[in-house]
Amino acid sequence: MKADVGAPLAPSGASPFLRVPAFGRKIGGAAEFVLIPALAIAVSLVLFGIFVALFRKNPLDLYFYMYQGAFGTWFSWQNTLTRAAPLILTALCTALPAQLGMVIIGGEGALLIGALCATSAALALQAAPPLFVQVAMACAGMIGGGLWIMLSGALRHYRGVNETISSLLLVYIALAILNHLVEGPMRDPTSLNKPSTREIGAVNMIGTIPGTDVHWGFAFGIIAAVLAYILIYHTVFGFAARVAGGNIRAAKVVGLGVGKLILITCFLAGAAAGLAGMMEVAAVQGRTNANLAAGYGFSGILVAFLARQNPLAVIPVAILLGGIGASGGLLQRRLGLPDASVLVLQGTIFVVVLASDALYGRVGFLQRKAS
Amino acid sequence: MTFDKISRRRVLQGTAAVAAATALPLRQAAASDTTVGFIYVGSRDDYGYNQAHAAGAAALKSMPGIKVVEEEKVPETDAVEKTMESMINLDGATLLFPTSFGYYNPHMIKMAMKFPKLRFEHCGGLWTDKDPKNAGSYFGYIDEAQHVSGIVAGHMTKSGKLGFVAAKPIPQVLRNINAFTMGAKLANPKATLQVIFTGDWSMPVKEAEATNALIDQGVDVVTCHVDGPKTVVENAARRGAMVGGYHVNQAVLAPKAYLTGAEWNWEVLYPRFVKMFTAGETIPNFYRGGLKEQLVKVSPYGPMVSEAARKHADEVKAALMAGTYVIFKGPVVDNKGKTVIAAGVSRGQTDAELEKMDYLVDGVIGATS
Repeated sequence: MKADVGAPLAPSGASPFLRVPAFGRKIGGAAEFVLIPALAIAVSLVLFGIFVALFRKNPLDLYFYMYQGAFGTWFSWQNTLTRAAPLILTALCTALPAQLGMVIIGGEGALLIGALCATSAALALQAAPPLFVQVAMACAGMIGGGLWIMLSGALRHYRGVNETISSLLLVYIALAILNHLVEGPMRDPTSLNKPSTREIGAVNMIGTIPGTDVHWGFAFGIIAAVLAYILIYHTVFGFAARVAGGNIRAAKVVGLGVGKLILITCFLAGAAAGLAGMMEVAAVQGRTNANLAAGYGFSGILVAFLARQNPLAVIPVAILLGGIGASGGLLQRRLGLPDASVLVLQGTIFVVVLASDALYGRVGFLQRKAS
Repeated sequence: MTFDKISRRRVLQGTAAVAAATALPLRQAAASDTTVGFIYVGSRDDYGYNQAHAAGAAALKSMPGIKVVEEEKVPETDAVEKTMESMINLDGATLLFPTSFGYYNPHMIKMAMKFPKLRFEHCGGLWTDKDPKNAGSYFGYIDEAQHVSGIVAGHMTKSGKLGFVAAKPIPQVLRNINAFTMGAKLANPKATLQVIFTGDWSMPVKEAEATNALIDQGVDVVTCHVDGPKTVVENAARRGAMVGGYHVNQAVLAPKAYLTGAEWNWEVLYPRFVKMFTAGETIPNFYRGGLKEQLVKVSPYGPMVSEAARKHADEVKAALMAGTYVIFKGPVVDNKGKTVIAAGVSRGQTDAELEKMDYLVDGVIGATS
């Protein structure tokens, strides 16, 4: 039984957050997709500087330490990129369904399920060669995470359940499943005070990108973002998805299989977050435990919205947020600011970037001249 | 705003001008100083686990030649590895204290292998011969202080019902619950203790609900083992129940309800470790102790604590300080009727069996799973 076929997924024009820019489609207009966010970030930094000055700290010190902590040294760069790695993948979990007008905020759940599936695959295949185990982990993670988000898509399509709420609630179910398995059936009996699964084994761990200490999750994130960009802007599937996102009634009239589009897109979105979970296990933790619920899925939502749901723009935005995270420690240590100050900066950027949405198409010299 | 930062501003301009990847020496500490890094999983003023460590770190700040750098709310992911590296690379830290349990393996171990000349000290971990030699773990037998707190609770309860809000049913927590209950039963053999597990270390809403649920059932003394006991202490006091504290002294939060509490004493341990470190001595890789070694302490008794309770608690405390008292002495029966420590068996604090505790003793209402 299908939900009311007339119900639009996103009432057109109701939410400016969901308007997907056609980045790259019109070269002339591209300037505003770079300049306006850059301006928004500059404004947020000035606002944050004023905020910090209220606490009698020198804003110039602030900018200096932020720059040093995030991008000032080779170590800082690696710190930034390491933090950005999971965010690219979890941001895709929100950015892909957004093309269809769906707001999926449950990337954290897909990450946890992906991590659990990847760990299970590794533990089941202990005797196999490492490369085989790693590929199996990646597949298991992506399938697990993909099915998890597809569940939200299916509920949306077949039962008319709001995907934002269902994907969020599925995060708590995923966390409960993870805690149950980690503290129960999958628990390594020697993990006394930190219930965890058994380790996947050092040989099965995925190393770092040569010459750096950034793990491969970063490279996979970039590949996934580029593939997502090609899929959305350069394939028939992506075109159909964007049509459905723009006006679902029109999409149905022209005979697009909206249900299929929703399920496949949600699966791909969840697969990206599941891959992030797999990378956290295979490159960082070496096993599954409650540490995996570190909020990467939630930060990914912020990245996706700041990137205006553009898969390519997700990469620089994730690096920016990674940099803010990396410099946050230096702000605490040198300026004595509390950890929450970084959240204030993130919140300021978020609000200013969303507000800057109003500028698109209104700044005269940025518009493409009529030919 | 100050205007004496010309040199720094010049550095800023200079760095902006050169390529972004140019490494700039950022170390602030002079060569003669020792920089000690502290990393906390929660906020430094949580009236709990992290505040106890921050108080220990604060005790170092008055020591000459010691510089302390701190970072709070660092998750137990590769973020903590990067924080350690950042403290090493940018602040010149040579001794690090990543204080949360989940920092140990794989994160701190990995950093200890990467920086073999630096020293890493972890709270709560179980260092073994297989771990790097420049890594170490320390912990306090805080169940001794809980036992004393339990005695006071047993004397003060009118209903005979005690309550315990706990995070997870893991050995360290179960040991506290059991030691507290056994203390209470010394004072009041009929006392029972209802335990509620919230499932995680910092769940203020669930902690408040659990506290209310306990008091609704007639519990009149509440204690806890969660990262930030503030919620439990304040809620219990508001409902008119008495409280036993944990991690740090929470008497300021509930002056009329705070009986006593089990506290860490990192203010004593950290200067001890830093003195060993700066003197070139080796800090033992595995370091443990209780009241006797001053790693833990009992909060001063609240004004409402009766004379009989003080006397009984002081007696047991003195025996623990003297090392003549064993809490887990057979026969100990669990709350399902099974004998877990046979008669005649005495499990002293260093007994490794206690590190694997998976039962709740007789008198505890609740289950580990």
